[in-house]
Amino acid sequence: MIDRDTVLHVATLSRLELRDDEIEPMARELSAVLDHLETIGELDLEGVEPTAHVLAERSPLRADEPSPSLPREVALDQAPDASDDGFRVPSPQA
Amino acid sequence: MTDPISLSVVDAAAALRRGELSQDELFTAYRDRAAADDTNSFTWLADDATTALGAREGLPGTDTPLAGVPLAVKDLFCITGVPTASASNLLRGYLPPYTATAIDRLQEAGATVLGKTNQDEFAMGSSNENSAFGPVLNPWDRTRVPGGSSGGSAAAVAAGLAPAAIGTDTGGSVRQPAALCGVVGLKPTYGSVSRYGMIAFASSLDQAGPITRNVADAALLFRQMTGPADRNDATSIGWAGDGGSGSASAIDLPTAVRLDGVRIGVPTDLLGEGIEPGVRASFDAALKLAESLGAEIVEVTLPHARHALSAYYLLAPAEASSNLARFDGVRYGNRADIGDGGLVELYTKTRHDGFGPEVKRRIMLGTYALSSGFYDAYYRRAQQVRTKIVEDFRAVHQDVHLIATPTSPTVAWGLGERTDDPIAMYQADVTTLPQSLAGVPAISIPCGLSDGLPVGLQLSGPAFAEQSLLDAAHALEGALGFDGTAAFDPARGAGAATPGSATTGGASR
Repeated sequence: MIDRDTVLHVATLSRLELRDDEIEPMARELSAVLDHLETIGELDLEGVEPTAHVLAERSPLRADEPSPSLPREVALDQAPDASDDGFRVPSPQA
Repeated sequence: MTDPISLSVVDAAAALRRGELSQDELFTAYRDRAAADDTNSFTWLADDATTALGAREGLPGTDTPLAGVPLAVKDLFCITGVPTASASNLLRGYLPPYTATAIDRLQEAGATVLGKTNQDEFAMGSSNENSAFGPVLNPWDRTRVPGGSSGGSAAAVAAGLAPAAIGTDTGGSVRQPAALCGVVGLKPTYGSVSRYGMIAFASSLDQAGPITRNVADAALLFRQMTGPADRNDATSIGWAGDGGSGSASAIDLPTAVRLDGVRIGVPTDLLGEGIEPGVRASFDAALKLAESLGAEIVEVTLPHARHALSAYYLLAPAEASSNLARFDGVRYGNRADIGDGGLVELYTKTRHDGFGPEVKRRIMLGTYALSSGFYDAYYRRAQQVRTKIVEDFRAVHQDVHLIATPTSPTVAWGLGERTDDPIAMYQADVTTLPQSLAGVPAISIPCGLSDGLPVGLQLSGPAFAEQSLLDAAHALEGALGFDGTAAFDPARGAGAATPGSATTGGASR
């Protein structure tokens, strides 16, 4: 069961605000989904290597060579707030 | 002259090359239909064929492989200067500074972009009801869902609003909407098409693929999307030829009409409960037809396939929780108004206001599965299950060339029927998830109607077996003789689905 405190903890980790009336439904839905997914607990997976990526052995590596990136004005063009050649954000201390 | 709307991609490109049709004529014919669309398939339409050129200049030459055929492109593909939101309010209005490699390659091959198509937000959904632009309606019956997450792409092709579309498939998001809309959908081998410029959902599973009216069109578009890996693109391994042994080579347009010598495995594990009788009947009839074309049908088992749903709904949300961390209201997208609030409030409120309910649910689920104390029980365990599923597929392919299942356990369901029940929604992917986790190529082709609604047949093969997959699908398609043009009728409407001219089975030819 996912309780209210767990939901709030995970929301904090996710940097996701939840309104008061959104907490209980989230706890209920996550609990229901996790209950359903519990079937993987039945399997004996002792010694089985995890697969992060099915074709990892074929993954290409590029040469580590300098190359141009997005020009600054292009990178800033879609920012909600930009000034002084940077992304403007409120103070972390506010 | 022939109505341009009736032409497949292959035929339209040929007509353009021969000068029997002009690019403007073809574009305008589709633009007019798409502008009058009442299925909500598009999130943006180009004014003319040159609007969405990205970094290119002018119309493509008619000597190119696609000769100027317009394509509908799922919203999550970045195209320079074209609104790209992945159907999220958080990104509504975003104009990317570059074009996704898959789309760039198609444009290089002569495609133009007709418009961006509706989808589930960040590709999370199986019904296209999780979109900031509203749900897409199924052209076969406008009271039903088109499937998801590439619902707009599939509906646009089914309704004849575009000759073909490009979608993405993470757990079935090309194949399942193709099935529910009576069109063809190909999910290529994982890594064979670049993900550069696709707004990421679950990077170890995401794969772009074509949605088309027929198998030859899917082959043509796939051929143009894949190719040798770009050395600077870690998301692409290139296409490596049949069986994964060869060097990168071109896909041939399929011409096969027989299935002699093809062994097709039917996994009994995936045909248990949950498959609708009408879907099962259509599937069984298609297998009989395959036999009559020379195929050998054998029962196989994928013992861990039934755990694919659990593994997928842990792995994909876990990866999503990480991929979607970038949407924080700083570099792009929409920022919430926080008054005098601080940086953390900027993040949390922007994400609260910008993301829809399913996206929030998956971010929370994924964060939980990755969090301290639960990582081993959920995330690592799901990755171990993926290993077992990969091994299951490898073992089965020691014996058979291809695997056949229904693409979706049901036909298209009613709008709103599953929106309050995430688990019922997730079950829609039960027959497409195993192939996604195994990273193998799979195609859905329409194999008949059940209660007037399309049924999809899924064929999958080993990694890089696209050519044999397309050949077999083409042979079967010819024998099935499915006619999807009934859904081109814009008047086809609310609850009025009636069986079209196509029926399950039919004489082989």
